[in-house]
Amino acid sequence: MPLDSTQPSKRDFKVVGTRPLRPDGIDKVTGRAKFGADATAPGMLVGRILRSPHAHARIKKIDTSKAEKLAGVKAIVTRADFPDKTDGDAGLYDVLYNIMAREKALYEGHAVAAVAAVDAATAREALKLIKIDYEVLPHVTDVDEAMKPGAPVLHSTIFTDGVEPKPKKPSNVTRRYEFGHGDVEAGFKKADIVVQRTFKTEATHQGYIEPHACLANVGPDGQGELWVCTQGHFMVRDTCARLLGMDISKLRVTASEIGGGFGGKTTVFIEPVALALSRKANRPVKVVMSRDEVFKASGPTASTSVDVKIGVTKAGRITAADATLRYQGGAFAGSPVEFGAMSAFACYDLENVRAIGYDVVTNRPKQAAYRAPGAPMAAFAVESVIEELAHKVGMTSIDFRIKNAAREGTKSSYGPTYGPIGLLPTLERAKQHPHFQAPLGPNQGRGMACGFWFNFGGQTCVSLNVNVDGTVALSVGTPDIGGSRASMCLMAAEELGIPYDKVRAIVADTSSLGYNDVTDGSRTTFATGMATILAARDAIKKLTARAAQIWSIPVEAVTWEKGYAKPAGSNAGNFPPLSIAEIAAQAGATGGPIAGHHEYSADGAGVSFATHICDAEVDPETGATKIVRYTVLQDAGKAVHPSYVEGQFQGGAVQGIGWALNEEYIYGKDGRLQNAGFLDYRIPVCSDLPMIDTVILEIPNPGHPYGVRGVGETSIVPPLATIANAVSAAAGVRLTSLPMSPPKILAALDRKAAAE
Amino acid sequence: MVKVVVWGSLKPHTGGKAELEIEAGNVRELLNKLGETYPGLKPQLARGVSVAIDGVIFRDGWHEPLGKDSEVFLLPRMVGG
Repeated sequence: MPLDSTQPSKRDFKVVGTRPLRPDGIDKVTGRAKFGADATAPGMLVGRILRSPHAHARIKKIDTSKAEKLAGVKAIVTRADFPDKTDGDAGLYDVLYNIMAREKALYEGHAVAAVAAVDAATAREALKLIKIDYEVLPHVTDVDEAMKPGAPVLHSTIFTDGVEPKPKKPSNVTRRYEFGHGDVEAGFKKADIVVQRTFKTEATHQGYIEPHACLANVGPDGQGELWVCTQGHFMVRDTCARLLGMDISKLRVTASEIGGGFGGKTTVFIEPVALALSRKANRPVKVVMSRDEVFKASGPTASTSVDVKIGVTKAGRITAADATLRYQGGAFAGSPVEFGAMSAFACYDLENVRAIGYDVVTNRPKQAAYRAPGAPMAAFAVESVIEELAHKVGMTSIDFRIKNAAREGTKSSYGPTYGPIGLLPTLERAKQHPHFQAPLGPNQGRGMACGFWFNFGGQTCVSLNVNVDGTVALSVGTPDIGGSRASMCLMAAEELGIPYDKVRAIVADTSSLGYNDVTDGSRTTFATGMATILAARDAIKKLTARAAQIWSIPVEAVTWEKGYAKPAGSNAGNFPPLSIAEIAAQAGATGGPIAGHHEYSADGAGVSFATHICDAEVDPETGATKIVRYTVLQDAGKAVHPSYVEGQFQGGAVQGIGWALNEEYIYGKDGRLQNAGFLDYRIPVCSDLPMIDTVILEIPNPGHPYGVRGVGETSIVPPLATIANAVSAAAGVRLTSLPMSPPKILAALDRKAAAE
Repeated sequence: MVKVVVWGSLKPHTGGKAELEIEAGNVRELLNKLGETYPGLKPQLARGVSVAIDGVIFRDGWHEPLGKDSEVFLLPRMVGG
């Protein structure tokens, strides 16, 4: 890939790094922005989904005859309307099974039928008339229980992969992963101090404010359109087309504005159902999830159970590290345990390390990605033990981490040798930060932790059109979930040498642009940004060629500088510079429209590290915790729009605070979710939080022309451990189970008092 | 020949070996020959993998070259949120 010859760190940026107003801001605060549920169409029907009340049940019979006779009902779909067209693709079959139950309902909330009717009241009435004959089966929702012999088995087809010999009986353990190097047993023999603990975390939801919503419209000619709230409309198009047996070209998908995703909108739930209803009814159908459905039927993250053992010398050097991670990802294979196992010890320089992961199925909704999938829970366990070891060897938390930190040339715990990485700089800046020197009040404790995430690039396509007045229309295919349109405009403006407000970016529909991977993996500012830069360079080539034509000189004799074409030197001729607007105005006469394009599979995203510091205050009478101070230090490579980078850092910290202190999926003995609403599932609100302080480090990524690294996910990796370390310090007892709700803290305080 | 390291739980499919010697000039050749030589790896290759070359992780990039001294790791296919 041709990269700018200018070293990113040496580049003098004019536009990138400034903080202009976001282009979508006014629309969002005035209500003009159109989200998933805001679309309408003539003749539109209301779609509603019937969901299983049972955690695990065989579906013996579905009788829709009474519902079909209800006036105003235009279509009903069940498993019979979703024949298996997945052609042996196990992952896609799981998606099919998840969007509409087949022989069994595998969790409370699993879709079993859907209705399209003229209004919501009729649709709801029709759902009541559908009769399902269930055979209720034993269920299991806890990861450790699901692994025990004799646990109810969800799938007779799962035989644990990655173990020797291959099991002869099915179980709920789909796969075993193992990463590491060296000899951990020998390493532990060299240790003077060993700490071993078991940790548990509960499932949490991404908590996006906008529920899943879409409007499907399939005509009698088989051509369809879909308006949808998603992180990846090309993924939605391709998945729905395959599930429904449509040609991809016959389905055009447009991404709405999005009210949060955080990874939870990287798959399909209601979209194939809405399309199937519309195809059957020959009318547009809108489906909008209720909040109850969002909790019960869209993906939370995994709940986990993790054992960690780490040994150190008296001098504070780690000799061995070992972890066993058990993640349940709901009713289908695919919990993010492999990424938990790969990332668990990635912050440390270890001679002997092993991480074993088990992917487990339970009677819960199919998990979906949540920022840095799998990593926060692993970091919670590992960084809690690291903190404890630092205290046992008599070192400060930060000096112990600096002594053992991974650096350039370290063989990572998941295998490859690190190139230049930014962990030590975040630790060294943290050590100097005033937060570390600030005094603590009564019942307060300070904690810190480090975190790691991989980041990636992915398939990306961008078009950049130069308008006749010299302004620029930029078409990208990655939905804007974190301010990416502003960042793209900044990078296009930087490259072209024009003001930020002369560039407007849109998220183009699937028929207007080549394929783009989902907005995930912290990839958009990196990959779409690089494609934007390269598309701008493509446009500059064309602009300079047009200037050469206008001046009747060779194209090699023209350069591009600060938004103008100029003769490369005195030998090229004495022409006054031509602005982008002057060249664009003559485009029709010099060869037609001027546009730049770039399409590629981006790689070289570069791994990312962060260090967090937190002060927590624990009320010893109630067990309630208040976060009184929080600081995030993270490497952004180059912050394109620093306010958005700070927002990503703060958002990760806030979601982590909720995960650590309050949020959890609570199941009853009947396997039903007890708290499917924001009153009982409590995410942090502004009054719960201090101002989250941020420090952006800029260690350029050599894989990007401006040095950019993704920043969207790493910030959620350290908070669980950071807060656990702060709360444990404040309470004077080690907390090993999330969320650290008041009852758990009181119980820990009672145990401590009894021991004393 | 390129030395490629697979993660531990793939060893049941590679005769117990974590380090494999494969004749491959680029990622595509590597993946094809891994599947041919160790058919037990095919389901994992079909599910998707990433390849780390000298510390840089590639999710795609069939034509990334592999030198005989390259450090090559097979990793699960990267996902994100």
